Amino acid sequence: MSSEAVLFYAFGGLAAASAVVVVASRNIVRMAVALLFALGGVAGLYFLLAAEFLAAVQLVIYAGGTLILIVFGVMLTSKSPFTRLQPRPIEVGIALGIGTLLLAVLVSGILLADCAGAFASEPLPADQGYPMQTLGQALLGDFLLPFELVSVLLLVVMIGAAYLAKARRRPE
Amino acid sequence: MMLAQFNLGEVGLTHYLMLAALLFVCGLVTILTKRNAIGILIGVELVLNAANVNLVAFNRFSHGAAAGGVLLSGQVFAVFVIVLAAAEAAVALAIFLNFYNNFSTIDVERASNLKG
Repeated sequence: MSSEAVLFYAFGGLAAASAVVVVASRNIVRMAVALLFALGGVAGLYFLLAAEFLAAVQLVIYAGGTLILIVFGVMLTSKSPFTRLQPRPIEVGIALGIGTLLLAVLVSGILLADCAGAFASEPLPADQGYPMQTLGQALLGDFLLPFELVSVLLLVVMIGAAYLAKARRRPE
Repeated sequence: MMLAQFNLGEVGLTHYLMLAALLFVCGLVTILTKRNAIGILIGVELVLNAANVNLVAFNRFSHGAAAGGVLLSGQVFAVFVIVLAAAEAAVALAIFLNFYNNFSTIDVERASNLKG
């Protein structure tokens, strides 16, 4: 087994196990911590896929930003850290049924799909990786319009979130 | 019918797609079962991460040459997905805070004012 396979199983196993913990846990704080490990595992997979910039972005924005936001949301919206909202058993059953069915369909679809023409069985050699300046040139070249739209979207989101979360006195 | 190559020792595109499928299903089941609104948000983050793994893996295994040399569309899409996920989390949490201020709970079952 190559070192790449070992690393893939390590990071992929971490991500998959954490995702299962997210599903199984009833405690919102544990779910957030498991999400942190899942995001870290996915960042490791990005490293394996030679997407170093994406891995760094994943760690900085997801694990550093979004997760902190979620933890703050947990702290601001729970009266006691031990409050647990139990779902109804029938809902859990339906959700697990849908999940199992979807997983079976996805796995069989992946196994049956004929990607031989469109995708290579071997990745691009490591020395022909993706230099970061190519990504920057792509963002400011071919993808300039979505890049600018995203900047406008971030401004809108910033204003909108600040407006929505503004502390408002409840009408008595 | 030909099955795609699935060799345990040699990691290929199929492995990444399988893992992404598992992450996606976990995220979907989280969205369906959690009653805490923030739990649902965590499920959405898992789903988006699964999509990102797919995008980056397809990018890695497609050898087509773009105008500038290597093909990078998948990674660029993944960057945009990460940005949109961060924006979505910010707005969703602002809405949840508002919801909590009005209803004093984060249970989505209680958000039934618009139910007919």
